[in-house]
Amino acid sequence: MNATSETQTTPAKHRTTTERTSDRELVVRRTFDAPARMVFEAWTKPELFRRWWVPKSLGVSLHSCELDARTGGTYRLVFGDDASTQMEFFGRYIDVTPHSRIVWTNDEGGEGGAITTVTFEEKGGQTLLVIHDLYPSKEAADEGSGSLDGMPETLEQLDELLVTVAAGERS
Amino acid sequence: MLHPASRWFILNRMVQYSSVLLDASFAAVSDATRRGVLERLGRADASITDLAERFHMTITGMRKHVGVLEQAGLVTTEKVGRVRTCKLGPRRLDEETAWIERYRLLWASRFDELDKIVEELKRREILDERHK
Repeated sequence: MNATSETQTTPAKHRTTTERTSDRELVVRRTFDAPARMVFEAWTKPELFRRWWVPKSLGVSLHSCELDARTGGTYRLVFGDDASTQMEFFGRYIDVTPHSRIVWTNDEGGEGGAITTVTFEEKGGQTLLVIHDLYPSKEAADEGSGSLDGMPETLEQLDELLVTVAAGERS
Repeated sequence: MLHPASRWFILNRMVQYSSVLLDASFAAVSDATRRGVLERLGRADASITDLAERFHMTITGMRKHVGVLEQAGLVTTEKVGRVRTCKLGPRRLDEETAWIERYRLLWASRFDELDKIVEELKRREILDERHK
């Protein structure tokens, strides 16, 4: 798995980087060959957003996707078609500045949810996208992890899942 | 076998959970003595007393260092009689890099799909221009 991260099939493809900038923060960066307004559109219009947020290789269906991408608006994503196993992710847009910035809360986990900030920086027709996750405190993150028992099995399943994702990335 | 939605949920929880473990691991290995202890335990199990002697410190001081490593899951200890033996824990530092790579793969995979969408938007705009 370690060597695959450097493998890129086409030279034009941009690299995704992830970085832990502190014990409470995670940053993801990626450049797109398009003006910021287009990338922004793909993040804020539900009919576009739902087509890329869940990569096909994950084998998960997005049952519904409601995004009211305005400052003060809310969003709600429901995964799975079977009511008994559906999983919801929801929160509020704290700031939506067209073509440059989106900030939202992640409320499904209660108090411990991160604040996600996405910025769109246009330069020479390309857009640098930066996603920044900030957890309220180390303690909040600790609490959020409490319900995870049986880790080895979970990790194994996660590995299987991501091998599929990785294969999808290389193909 | 978990339902796909549950796997998705686990993936998200994993990101949170792993952050916590990573915090502990990074803190644990930020200290030269603790790195030395890990290296030592990589060769053989040792008691707190052995480690304290080898690293020229008090038993109380060594107990604190081992406590930090234990919390990060890098070391486990077992008390037999009056001796507490330390050994390498179930987790290895490789997991830390593997985790961030998993997280990166998820985003990379999303972004490949996003590339297709913006290409489509570009083509649509060019077509619209022509029709004006």
